[in-house]
Amino acid sequence: MFKKEIPTSNRSKVKSSVQRGLRQRLLEAYPGFEPYIEEIMPKKGSLEAVKLPDRVTLYTIDSIPLFFQPIDGPPIPHLKLIHQFPSALPTIQIDRGAIRFVLSGAALMAPGLTSPGGRLPEKENALEAGQIVAIKAEGKEEVCLVGTLKVGTEEMKSKGKGVVMDEGHYLGDGLWNMQLD
Amino acid sequence: MAEVADSPGPLEPQARHVVYCGVCTLPPEYCEFGGTAKKCEEWLEAKQPDLWNKLYSEAAQTEARDAERKAASKIQIKRVERNKRKHVTVIIGLEVFGLENKKLAKDLGKKFATGSSMTRSAAGTEEITVQGDVSEDVREWLLEVHGDKVPRGNIELIEDKKKKKADAAAGIV
Repeated sequence: MFKKEIPTSNRSKVKSSVQRGLRQRLLEAYPGFEPYIEEIMPKKGSLEAVKLPDRVTLYTIDSIPLFFQPIDGPPIPHLKLIHQFPSALPTIQIDRGAIRFVLSGAALMAPGLTSPGGRLPEKENALEAGQIVAIKAEGKEEVCLVGTLKVGTEEMKSKGKGVVMDEGHYLGDGLWNMQLD
Repeated sequence: MAEVADSPGPLEPQARHVVYCGVCTLPPEYCEFGGTAKKCEEWLEAKQPDLWNKLYSEAAQTEARDAERKAASKIQIKRVERNKRKHVTVIIGLEVFGLENKKLAKDLGKKFATGSSMTRSAAGTEEITVQGDVSEDVREWLLEVHGDKVPRGNIELIEDKKKKKADAAAGIV
């Protein structure tokens, strides 16, 4: 989604009523953030909105990016936020071979997840298409990609090929490298 | 965004403290994919010696993993039909065992007094092509000369029978 560098654009303060609403939506989407919400979005902190290309809005507090939201979708946490609170999102794992491609912005393909190095949840905790997941890499601790699943995890296992996620926020992309201050 | 190591600050006491590389801005474990791996390593060694130890002393571990891979990979010696009764022998997978394809090709040529060369296949992998059907001899020779590097069990002889038929069919047509 952010393959290109993002030019610094104007930012604006968010109304406190809107801020409350956003906070609510964030918690609805990611109950995992619940215990930390006061740290992530203090009530008094002044939330700022930064416009990004493709009608995406990035929300920051004190120039620290928190999450971004496409106009027609749920908010997605910024990778730095995920690194701070890694347990908040469901996480799946790709194998070593796929890291290279993910970090250069390629679409995530199913074999990277179904191979021995990858890890998908068991059937009981299967993830549906449309779910926002964080993606870790084999042998690494930190998350390297976050985005919306296009295919459910059970379908991935049965099919074993095809695109799984094509518009994500990955380490080293335009959003990651964006200068906020 | 060069030094974001301290960004969480006192505001977020529960947040995990993540160090980002000062050179490529990625978490250090991903530096190897950032394109400036060498510089990143130097930076980390200077700024975060603990992390450096953790990540780069593991280099030894990765070597161990390499050894495992070596044990798993196979040298394939293939007999490929060229022209009805003429064959070439293709050897694939030597570089994994620390052998130099180019040198070996030359040595093989000398040994069998035939043409022998290192070629790059379409997929980018290196292979040695020796003229003539010498698969059995190549195996003997490899074990004799490079027996210390090449385990016997990892050499595989393949006769391309399928191709033969396909070629024959093509010949009839």
